[in-house]
Amino acid sequence: MPVVSEPPGIADVAKGRVDRATLAANFADLHPPLSAHQAQVEADRCYFCYDAPCQRACPTAIDVALFIRQIAAGNPLGAAQTILEANVMGGMCARACPTEVLCEGACVREAAEGRPVRIGLLQRYAVDAQMATGTAPFSRAAPTGKRVAVVGAGPAGLACAHALAVAGHEATIFEKRDKPGGLNEYGVSAYRATDDFAQREAASILSIGGIAVRYGVELGRDVALERLRRDYDAVFLALGLGAARRLGLAGEGALDNVVDAVDYAAELRQAENLARVPVGRRVVVIGGGMTAMDLAAQSKRLGAESVTIVYRRGLNQMKAGARQREFAQTNGALIRPWARPVALEGHSGAVSGVLFERTREDNGELVAAGGAFRLEADLVLLAIGQQGTLEALAGANVRCDADGRIVVDEERRAGLAGVWAGGDCVSGARGLIAAAVEDGKRAARSIDAALRARL
Amino acid sequence: MVDLSVDFVGVKAPNPFWLASGPPTDRKSHVERAFRAGWGGAVWQTLSDAAPSAGDLPAARYRALHGVDRRVLALDGVGLASGRDLAIDLGEIAEVKRAWPDRALIVSLAAPRDEDSARRIVAQIEATGCDGVELNFSCAPEARPGTSEAATRVETTTRWCRALSRMPVMVKLAPNLADLVRRARAAKRGGADALTLIGAVDGIAGVDLDAMAPAGALGAMGGPAVKPIALAALAAIAGDPETAGLPIAAAGGVTTWRDAAEFIALGAGVAQVCTAAMTYGFRIVDELASGLSNFMAAKGYRRVDDFRGLAAANVADWRRLDRDRILKAEIDQALCIKCGRCHIACEDAAHQAIFATVDGERRFVVNEAACVGCNLCALVCPIENCVKLIDRSADAARAAAE
Repeated sequence: MPVVSEPPGIADVAKGRVDRATLAANFADLHPPLSAHQAQVEADRCYFCYDAPCQRACPTAIDVALFIRQIAAGNPLGAAQTILEANVMGGMCARACPTEVLCEGACVREAAEGRPVRIGLLQRYAVDAQMATGTAPFSRAAPTGKRVAVVGAGPAGLACAHALAVAGHEATIFEKRDKPGGLNEYGVSAYRATDDFAQREAASILSIGGIAVRYGVELGRDVALERLRRDYDAVFLALGLGAARRLGLAGEGALDNVVDAVDYAAELRQAENLARVPVGRRVVVIGGGMTAMDLAAQSKRLGAESVTIVYRRGLNQMKAGARQREFAQTNGALIRPWARPVALEGHSGAVSGVLFERTREDNGELVAAGGAFRLEADLVLLAIGQQGTLEALAGANVRCDADGRIVVDEERRAGLAGVWAGGDCVSGARGLIAAAVEDGKRAARSIDAALRARL
Repeated sequence: MVDLSVDFVGVKAPNPFWLASGPPTDRKSHVERAFRAGWGGAVWQTLSDAAPSAGDLPAARYRALHGVDRRVLALDGVGLASGRDLAIDLGEIAEVKRAWPDRALIVSLAAPRDEDSARRIVAQIEATGCDGVELNFSCAPEARPGTSEAATRVETTTRWCRALSRMPVMVKLAPNLADLVRRARAAKRGGADALTLIGAVDGIAGVDLDAMAPAGALGAMGGPAVKPIALAALAAIAGDPETAGLPIAAAGGVTTWRDAAEFIALGAGVAQVCTAAMTYGFRIVDELASGLSNFMAAKGYRRVDDFRGLAAANVADWRRLDRDRILKAEIDQALCIKCGRCHIACEDAAHQAIFATVDGERRFVVNEAACVGCNLCALVCPIENCVKLIDRSADAARAAAE
């Protein structure tokens, strides 16, 4: 029987590759919540450590040992209070944090028997219990009359605004999109944020009062930083990341189906019906971070026939850790390290393949190793990182690093009077929701002290 | 808004969680750490004006009874007295009370042997400015426990101290339940303002099978394992017409907020803690306060007094339980994980009333005809709420009528 190869250039990008039921299962909770029994068994495993390593590992220093003890003692609302006091986004963090390199990675039971306490799931258990009451355990101090402008309604912005509201100040958030949440809403994969969780959590945070949100307003395009500095008593910049990095290859902007991973992730999250999202039959993902791994897994779950992740260096140099790589692999994606793209092939205006050259390291520098290969592709996802937000800050005297990220001090002050910054837009950001929340908290504390000094 | 503050026989404290007399309260540095952590009060480790004897140990020796995963169920110790000079203790007590005026600071006192030594030591304690004295009768009792001499000693010593002191006098009684009410009555006759129930239980944690020796000498035991004994003590006092209503500070296995709430429900105005603080450190007070607070909020209790003693009225002698109530166990097949523990407990120790196989399949189902509603299966089942007792009295009455 003759081998028939498919003619090149048939861009096989289709909707509805997977039936409804399977799709629903594929995008249900990746980590289903604990039942009451499971929570009890899990909580009983915690040793209530002194100066607990889990607490130290948490960017927001949640008192993990205490909240687990509270769950074990049948007081989940007390546990939620403990969590939310340190991290107002404890709900999303419980679902999306890479706990294996944070709290659970530090858990002494990992050292004891290779099985850490499932802190993330316990945290979700407690916060879910709180959210089920329809109330949040916060109250506002007496109004101060001070007003703060917050740019961005992502984790850093919401956390800062919330802390300011609790301190009695008023906050106005300027958000360029039409919903709050930032990457919680537009990036985190659907199976980690089921049931519209990002919106429910944002609503719970905003319910403190004293926070107004103006949607569809973008810094730079619609309002200038100078104007905000004039009109408000302080400004907190929580801009997130800016433009995606490009490969710099011919055809990158012109060919169809060569897509920025961040945009594709947002499309998946915002899709009313995943069966209507176009999925390539053969998908190539370029990059080595969590975004690459997650989109590869999602592509398989959406029915792509083959998904290949290509990374320019070795597996252990990827930003994505072992657990995250395994997640992509167990979902059926193939990872090919030590290769970088040198050309995009197109047919009739759409991408048809990618040409890669093999690489190696020579004295720390990445060089061609000789040899090349071609991968057929109906869809190419570029997940090679994002730069800072220089456009939004154009003209403003905010010091940025080479990557366009804002330089801040320990209190998150941005070196421009009355301006603070936090989250992914700052230099040295860890790219974690919890780190963004901590930035928001610290900035709020610093802003509060500065405003009170003037009262 | 829940208010955890208490007024216990005139002693005010921001919450009912006080450290019991023991190793965690034997020096200023400990007590101050505890107060910084949020404890509402503390009972200073037992003072004695008797010179240390040759038999006293240079330091404490502990053993423990461990449960699953080395969870501490009981701590047993000997040689717990600090051995410090009395003057140092008295000086530190005064300093702590001055630095922490809003916290309760009671001093535990080994029951004086005669009225003269009682006069001396009570005056010294009162001079510190502390809030009260707790008489401890378990250090070297000369009167044999269980005898009427022991009860008399309680009454007499209490009377001396009560007459000599402006401060409240609490009497801490050991849990010999057969004799407890007699001694409690004696304390009341002597003028005790309150009881602390219970003092430590006599215990040996285990036996070392290599050394072929008991793990430790007969010591003072406390912790979760003694809680049922302590609860029974409170129930006994609540059930006696002479002693019912006496203010009680509970001690004996308080580990989480629920333990404290149970003691309060049986009449305690204060929950003292020792073993749990020794096991986990002073930070456990955060869980205690948060848990009790949320419980009270959920139930609509604004102050601790609002639910204190509510369960005491429901304590009943088992002989008076309702025999006409017919209860049958029921296993929730949706929750059942098929471990079979209910079956074997019933087979070996109850009424062989649980089937292990139904239609050839491993399935655990109650045989109601044989079940007497003893509750053993529900208790051994590892899944909460999987086995429940259902009231079938109405069915039984109907069947009998037919």
